[in-house]
Amino acid sequence: MDMQVAKKKLGLKERYAVMTRGLDWTPSYQKMEDIYPYMAYEGIKIHDWDKWEDPFRLTMDSYWKYQAEKERKLYAIIDAFAQNNGHLNVTDARYINTLKLFISGISPLEYVAHRGFAHAGRAFPGAGPRVACLMQSLDEIRHAQTQVHAISNYNKYYNGMHDFHHMHDRVWFLSVPKSFFDDAITAGPFEFMVSIGFSFEYVLTNLLFVPFVSGAAYNGDMGTMTFGFSAQSDEARHMTLGLEVIKFILEQDPANVPIVQRWIDKWTWRGYRVLTLVAMMMDYMLPKRTMSWKEAWEVYFEENGGALFKDLARYGITMPKCAEQIALEKDHLSHQAWSTFYNYAAAANFHTWMPDEDEMTWLSSKYPESFDKLYRPRYEFWREQAAKGNRFYSKTLPMLCQTCQIPMVFTEPGEPTKICYREVDYKGDKYHFCSDPCKQIFEHEPEKYIQAWLPVQQIYQGNCFPEGTDPTVEGFDALAAVLKYYNLENGRDNLDFDISEDKKNFAEWRGQATKNI
Amino acid sequence: MHIDLRTVSIKPLRHTFDNVARRIGSDKPASRYQEGTLDMQQTANFHYRPTWDPEHAIYDASRSAIVMADWYAFKDPRQFYYGAYTLTRARQQDTAESNFDFVENRGLAATLPEPLRDTVLKLLLPLRHVAWGSNMNNASVCAYSYGTGFSQPHIYQAMDQLGIAQYITRVGLVLGDVDALDEAKRAWMEDDTWQGLRRFVEDSFVIKDPFELFVVQNVVLDGLMYPLVYDTIIDEVLSSQGGTPVAMLTQFMTDWYAETRKWVDATVKIAAAESPANKEVLAAWLSAWRDRAAAALLPVARIGLADQTDEVMGEIVLQFNARMAKAGVAI
Repeated sequence: MDMQVAKKKLGLKERYAVMTRGLDWTPSYQKMEDIYPYMAYEGIKIHDWDKWEDPFRLTMDSYWKYQAEKERKLYAIIDAFAQNNGHLNVTDARYINTLKLFISGISPLEYVAHRGFAHAGRAFPGAGPRVACLMQSLDEIRHAQTQVHAISNYNKYYNGMHDFHHMHDRVWFLSVPKSFFDDAITAGPFEFMVSIGFSFEYVLTNLLFVPFVSGAAYNGDMGTMTFGFSAQSDEARHMTLGLEVIKFILEQDPANVPIVQRWIDKWTWRGYRVLTLVAMMMDYMLPKRTMSWKEAWEVYFEENGGALFKDLARYGITMPKCAEQIALEKDHLSHQAWSTFYNYAAAANFHTWMPDEDEMTWLSSKYPESFDKLYRPRYEFWREQAAKGNRFYSKTLPMLCQTCQIPMVFTEPGEPTKICYREVDYKGDKYHFCSDPCKQIFEHEPEKYIQAWLPVQQIYQGNCFPEGTDPTVEGFDALAAVLKYYNLENGRDNLDFDISEDKKNFAEWRGQATKNI
Repeated sequence: MHIDLRTVSIKPLRHTFDNVARRIGSDKPASRYQEGTLDMQQTANFHYRPTWDPEHAIYDASRSAIVMADWYAFKDPRQFYYGAYTLTRARQQDTAESNFDFVENRGLAATLPEPLRDTVLKLLLPLRHVAWGSNMNNASVCAYSYGTGFSQPHIYQAMDQLGIAQYITRVGLVLGDVDALDEAKRAWMEDDTWQGLRRFVEDSFVIKDPFELFVVQNVVLDGLMYPLVYDTIIDEVLSSQGGTPVAMLTQFMTDWYAETRKWVDATVKIAAAESPANKEVLAAWLSAWRDRAAAALLPVARIGLADQTDEVMGEIVLQFNARMAKAGVAI
C-alpha cells in the first residue's frame, strides 16, 4: 500500500478562510462596478476587503445545528404556554399593552432588518462581510417570525394586535419606528450598517430589545421572555458584527472618519427618538417595573456607551453631541410621551391609564427632580377628571416633527415647561422639528426628508380614509373614518384601560382558571 | 383506551391575525408558515425612496417583468419558515456528518482509484465557486423581490448554497488538501473548460430583475447542473466505477436538489398560470438561458462523461424541457 503523504492540518482560522473567502474570486467578464453598483456613492473608501476580521466563525453546518436546537426548545415552550393559558399568569392585563406596542412597532422592523441585511450582504464585494450580513439576514427573519408566533397566542384573547401589519403601515405613531427603518434601508449599504449594525444593534439594543424581554420576565410572560432569551446569542453575534463593521470602515481610510461620525451622530439621535416608546413602556406600562428609563439610559448609554466611545477615540470618533441633550431630557421623556398617548388614546391600538398611588410613589422616587413638580399634578388632575366621568380624549391632530415624526410635545432642553419648536424653509415650504438634532438631520438631506409620509398631513389631505369615503358629507366623522382606515375597532382596541374588554376578560378568565365558580 | 386530560378552556376572541384570515378565507387557526409569511413585508406608505435605486420604492413589484395580481400566490410547498427550515437542514446535516465520519474513519478516500479521485477533484471543486455565486444571486433575489411568499425561500436558498460550497470544500479536504482547492480555483479562473460557466455566472450577477435571476440561477443553472453532476456523473457513472464514497459525501446536494426543485417547480407554475404575458416572458428567459447554460456545462460534463457527454447532455436538456412543460411553460 502506498504511504499517504500527511495532509496539511488546517487551524480553525485557516479552515474558516477556505470555507468563506476561498470561495470568492475577482470577476473578469463583468466590471466590479456593475456587479457592485452601490459601493462608491456614499464616499466611503475601502482599499482592502481582506483586512476584514471575521467577527465570528460559523459555518453553515454548525449554524443549522445550533439554531435548530434553539428552535426546538423555543417552540416547545410556546406550545406549552398556549396549552396552559400562560397569558393568565402575567402580572395584570395592563402588561399586555406592551406586547401590542412590540408586535405592531418592533416586530415589523425585524423583518425590514432581514431584507436590509440581505441587501447589504449582496452589495459588499468582500466575502467576509457578505457571509456575516447574510447570516444576520437569516437571523432577523427568525426574530420576526418567532415574535409573531409567540404573540399569536395573545392575539387570540386580547385586542389591538389583530391586524398589526396593516396598522404598522398606517397608524400615526407607528410611523415613528417605521420611518426610522425606512430611513436606514434607503440609505446606502455602508450607512445601513452603521445605522442598524452599529448604532442600533450595538449601542442601543440594551435599551430596546432588552427592556421588553426583561419586562416580560418580570411580569410572568414566559412566551415572550423565551423568544427574547432564545434570540440572545443571535444578538451577541449581531453586536460583534456591528462593532467590526465600524472598526473596519474607520481603519480603511481617514477620509471615512467624518462620514462615519456624522452617521453615528444622526443614528444615535434617530434611535433615541424611537426609544421614546420604550421609555414610556418601562416607566408606565410594565405593572412590575425592571428599572426606570433614566436608570437604563445611565447604565446602558452613559456608562457602557461612554466606554465604547472612549475605545473609538483612537480612530478620531467622539461621543455624539446629542448625548448632552438626551441627558437633559432623561427626567422628562417618558412622562411627556405617556401624557401624549393618554391624550391620544382614542387613536392608538393599545390602552392607556393613569398610574395608581403606588406607581406615582415609584415615579417620584425615580424622578425626584421632575415628577412631583411637573407631572404628578397633571396626572392627579386627569385622574380626578376621569373619576368625574370626564376622561378626555384629544380628537385634534398634533403637529409632527418632519424627521422623527413624533408629535411636537418635547420641551426645550433645560426648560421643561416650554415646548420646543424649530422650523426650516425649504423650496417654498415650511418644515417643523421637535429639536435641533432633528432639524440638523433634515438640513443635511432635505431631499430625503421632504418625502416623509407624515400621518397627520396625510389625514388632512384625505389619504387616510377607507376607499370611497366622502369627507364633504354633513356630519362627517373624520376620526371614525381614520380608525376604519387603520382597521382599529373603536371601543375595543383603543380608549382607557379601565373600560376595556381586555381588563374585563382577563379578570373573568383568571377567575375561571383559579377559582371554583 | 381514551384518557381525558382536562385543561381550563377559554373561548378565544379570534383564531388568527386579520391579514391571515383575509387570505385564508375566514378566521380559523392558521399554520406557523402562514402567520410567519403572509404580509410580513410592508406594502404601503413608505417614507423615502432608496438612495441606491430612486426609480423604485423600497419593495417594488415593478422591479420584475413578471406581473402578479397578488405576490402571495407564491407558496412554498415545503412550508418553510425559519424554524421548519433549520430543523430540516439540521437533520440533513446529521446525515452528512455521519457520512463524512464513515468515509474518513474507514479511510475510504484512500481506496478510490486514482483516476476517479482526480476526476472528482477536477469536476467538483470548481463548483464551490458556482455555489458561492448562487449564494450571492439568491441574496439578491431575497433583497429586491416583492412579497415574503416569494422572497423568503431565497434567503434559505442563499444559505443552502453557502452550505453546499462549504460541503464541496470539505470533500476537497477529504480527497485532497488545500492545494487541491487552489488548483481548482486556478482552473476556474483560467482553464478553457470553466470559462463558459464562469462567464455565465458573472453575467448572472448583473441581472436586475429578481424573477429573471430566480429563473437563471435556481431554475435553469441548477436545473441542468444538479441532474448532470450529482444525479448522473457522481451517483451513477462514478459510483459504478468504485466511487460510492464520493456519492456519500455529496448526498446532501442530491437530497437538497430533490427537495428544492419542488419549490422551484411550484413557483414557475404559479407565475406561468397567472397570465399569457408571464408565460411568454418565462419562455423567453428559460430558452435563452437554457441554451447558454447547456453550452457552458458541456466542457464541464466532459470531465466525467468523456465520449458520452453529448448524449447525456442532450438527455438532460430534454428532461429539463419536459419538467418546464409540466410546470406550464413550453420551451
